[in-house]
Amino acid sequence: MASEAAGQGRRPGVLRRLADSDLFWSFRRSPVTVAAAAVTLLLVLGAVLAPVVAPHNPYDLASLNLLDARNPPAWDESGDWSFPLGTDDQGRDVLSSILYGMRLSLFVGGASVLLALALGVGLGLLAGYAGGWVDMLIMRIADVQLSFPAILVALLVDGVARSLLPHERQGDTALYVVTLAIASSIWVQFARTVRGSTLVERSKEYVQAARIIGVHPVAIAWRHVLPNALGPVLVIATINLALAILTEASLSFLGLGLPATQPSLGTLIRIGDGFIFSGEWRWILLYPAIALAGLTLAINLLGDWLRDALNPKLR
Amino acid sequence: MSQPLLEVEHLRVEIPTRRGVLTALDDVSFAIAPGEVLGVVGESGAGKSLTGAAVIGLLEPPARVAGGRIGFAGRRIDDLADPAMRRLRGKEIGAIFQDPLTSLDPLYTIGSQLAETIRVHLGLGRAGARRRALELLNEVGIPAPERRIDQYPHQFSGGMRQRVVIALALAANPRLVIADEPTTALDVSIQAQIIALLRRLTREHGTAVMLVTHDMGVIAETADRVAVMYAGRIVEIGAVRDVVLRPQHPYTAGLMGAIPVLGARRERLLQIDGAMPRLGAIPGGCAFHPRCAHAFDRCRSERPELLPAGPSAAACWLHAEADHG
Amino acid sequence: MIAFILRRLVQSVAVMLTVGCIAFLLFRYVGDPVNNMVGQDTSLADRALLRQQLGLTDPAALQFARFLGRAAKGDFGVSYQYARPVGEIIAERLPATLELSIVAALLALAVGVPMGVYTGLHRTGLLSRLVMAFSLIGVSLPTFLIGILLIVVFSVELGWLPSFGRGAVVALGWWTTGLLTASGLKSLILPAITLALFQMTLIMRLVRAEMLEVLRTDYIKFARARGLPNRLVNFGHALKNALVPVITITGLQLGAIIAFAIITETVFQWPGMGFLIVQAIGFADIPVMAAYLMLVAFFFVAINLIVDLLYYAVDPRLRIERGGGAYGL
Repeated sequence: MASEAAGQGRRPGVLRRLADSDLFWSFRRSPVTVAAAAVTLLLVLGAVLAPVVAPHNPYDLASLNLLDARNPPAWDESGDWSFPLGTDDQGRDVLSSILYGMRLSLFVGGASVLLALALGVGLGLLAGYAGGWVDMLIMRIADVQLSFPAILVALLVDGVARSLLPHERQGDTALYVVTLAIASSIWVQFARTVRGSTLVERSKEYVQAARIIGVHPVAIAWRHVLPNALGPVLVIATINLALAILTEASLSFLGLGLPATQPSLGTLIRIGDGFIFSGEWRWILLYPAIALAGLTLAINLLGDWLRDALNPKLR
Repeated sequence: MSQPLLEVEHLRVEIPTRRGVLTALDDVSFAIAPGEVLGVVGESGAGKSLTGAAVIGLLEPPARVAGGRIGFAGRRIDDLADPAMRRLRGKEIGAIFQDPLTSLDPLYTIGSQLAETIRVHLGLGRAGARRRALELLNEVGIPAPERRIDQYPHQFSGGMRQRVVIALALAANPRLVIADEPTTALDVSIQAQIIALLRRLTREHGTAVMLVTHDMGVIAETADRVAVMYAGRIVEIGAVRDVVLRPQHPYTAGLMGAIPVLGARRERLLQIDGAMPRLGAIPGGCAFHPRCAHAFDRCRSERPELLPAGPSAAACWLHAEADHG
Repeated sequence: MIAFILRRLVQSVAVMLTVGCIAFLLFRYVGDPVNNMVGQDTSLADRALLRQQLGLTDPAALQFARFLGRAAKGDFGVSYQYARPVGEIIAERLPATLELSIVAALLALAVGVPMGVYTGLHRTGLLSRLVMAFSLIGVSLPTFLIGILLIVVFSVELGWLPSFGRGAVVALGWWTTGLLTASGLKSLILPAITLALFQMTLIMRLVRAEMLEVLRTDYIKFARARGLPNRLVNFGHALKNALVPVITITGLQLGAIIAFAIITETVFQWPGMGFLIVQAIGFADIPVMAAYLMLVAFFFVAINLIVDLLYYAVDPRLRIERGGGAYGL
């Protein structure tokens, strides 16, 4: 295929080059990865388009009817196709709650990874370039933090933020507090990777030459250091996206994440956990749990594949 | 020649890959008499090490013996079950690997590695095994063995480690040792000592050696006979003297030209143009023909067998033509 | 040897000081100790007096030193939520968490290491593939879901095991144990499995990866060429070498178990420290948070120290100093 495109004497388009790349080849070769990508795409689309595809709006309290509460899924004999996966004790449609909840889970996960990425890449570059005590300070903090599990760091940041914010505003700020807490628990990996690449690149001759002729450090970082760190950073971001979603779900499950007025998948599972001794867990608990497990499993599989594809040595 | 110790007949080794089965060794036949040193030379990738691995039954999967026969001391060993083959390894056939730095387990003292080998093969007790280990260390020229025996591999230099490896290979007094590039990873100044040690010990014990190397110089001063390999086949085999002085195959001639001779007046070393083909891309006919200055039509279409050529045997149509013509 | 241990000790103290500093900042500046001790109607003058009496007007460094001194004696102030000394509350909860964590850690090791060895040795076997696929699911499922799943199956549907609490406990001095009663043991099963599962899969994957790595090395090939029996090669040589890097990471993971216990304890309403800290965070109970932080940091540092010593005992390359001062530090 590559020789064919070259034979036409034209520079192939971006899509064409992507289709010819090793990355895409290794992607197509692994049916598990293709399936994981399909599941991820499906779930992400469902979440993003929730306001369009969800049968109901779970936030619209006026539309709730307690007469519809605790309906089983549609295929059950007492089920109803207007609530495909049944309803919870408030009469909320479980499917719609899941779609909206996934939207929040993905938002918090994505936003915290982006925030961690910005923070980690920035501090990593700074540590690598500045060296000396700046490097020392940043890396010592990273070391100490790395010896604690992410969930613990997130919990503590969450706890501190809660103590600082007035109690009555906690409902509105929860989304940002949780995002911040998760981001501060995962920035370290980005910082370490970028610092490593910075140190490697900085010692190369062309970078030293660029420094001597007075190219601005930011320009050097942008043009030489970042492109080299892109692969590992991408892998870390994918794997941490799954981790961030899980951390958010755990925080929400503990009741320290998103409140019941703004339920993420974790919050839904927390609510569903209350129905464990009545038969209703079969839908109120089970389907949000399946959605969460499916989402994180699919993203993890993609992350594993990406890591192997970008590091042929590891295979 | 008396009854050979090792007999390899029409050995064929295949490596199945995703893109089809590669033939790594094809129709390899040779024999080693008791106490004899057979040198095996060739460029890297010619199949020298693979031949050694096949003989001791340690081919790495997916590589496998796909045909032929390996006989040792009159019995067939290529189809032995694993436990039987294991009793042969170390006890009857020793092995020395290329890199002494990585051949020893870093977590055990050299004494305990020697002792475990001795105990497995000779059934000695703890004290007996230690005594034998000390003797071996002494024999391979490790100074102060009483002190060194309880040290770890990282406390030894490369040359000293290779002496330990030799001691391990000879621990059970095997009848054959397969030495796979035993000096390649060593310092030039140490190489000669190790070769001399190997030669002395095997001569004293009457051990036969299959010495795999790409260094024609080492072969010339150590081996009795030599097999030259190219692209998974033996292209010439004969007594060292004959092969070195009167090479019959153009490839051997090229290899001989590549040895620097001290004091010789040759202006520059002869070189063979091009590179050995990869396994998946071995040309038809004689595998050497694209690089051969004497190639003619028959070389391109038909593969030569190993046939008597002068005092040796060579797989080259030049000799067949000479016979006919 | 002594230099090595000293260096590790200094590092441990540095980590503890850093964490202590964070805990102090939390304690002193995030939560206001005075506001939480007095009523709404206390006058500003009284508050100022109290501040002075408590030493809150002293230089920060002095206060920090005093905080550390008290912490070393287990005095972390008074919980906002329970109005009782934090040290007391934690001492009540500690045994439950430690028993759960230790049992889970042993379970994770006892199952994870053999499974890792097995899947490493039989890389292409059907059972290995099954175990690997299963382990990926184990890594992707959050702990709380696994716990809920186990409760649904074994407590709700089958009714075999209790779904919450610690069962009957026996007091041994200040320590309470659930390991001596049938109901205590039964109650421990599900939480311990839940807590162990994630670490188990992690340890298994790690051991497997290291085994594969080691089995490719020359010294293993050479050990086979020496004619050593498979058992000796696989377990005497390959496993021992594979365990060297495994020890470090496993040690860290076992430390993480105490932190992960937070979630497991919440799912099973296990009366330990994790359950306590979740309530404390919800309540902004700063003294409890500060104390918990320091306690967990202490466990981490202690485990790390033990792991380093183990590492040192296993790997002769660390143990024997080469002449010439190759190790500069």
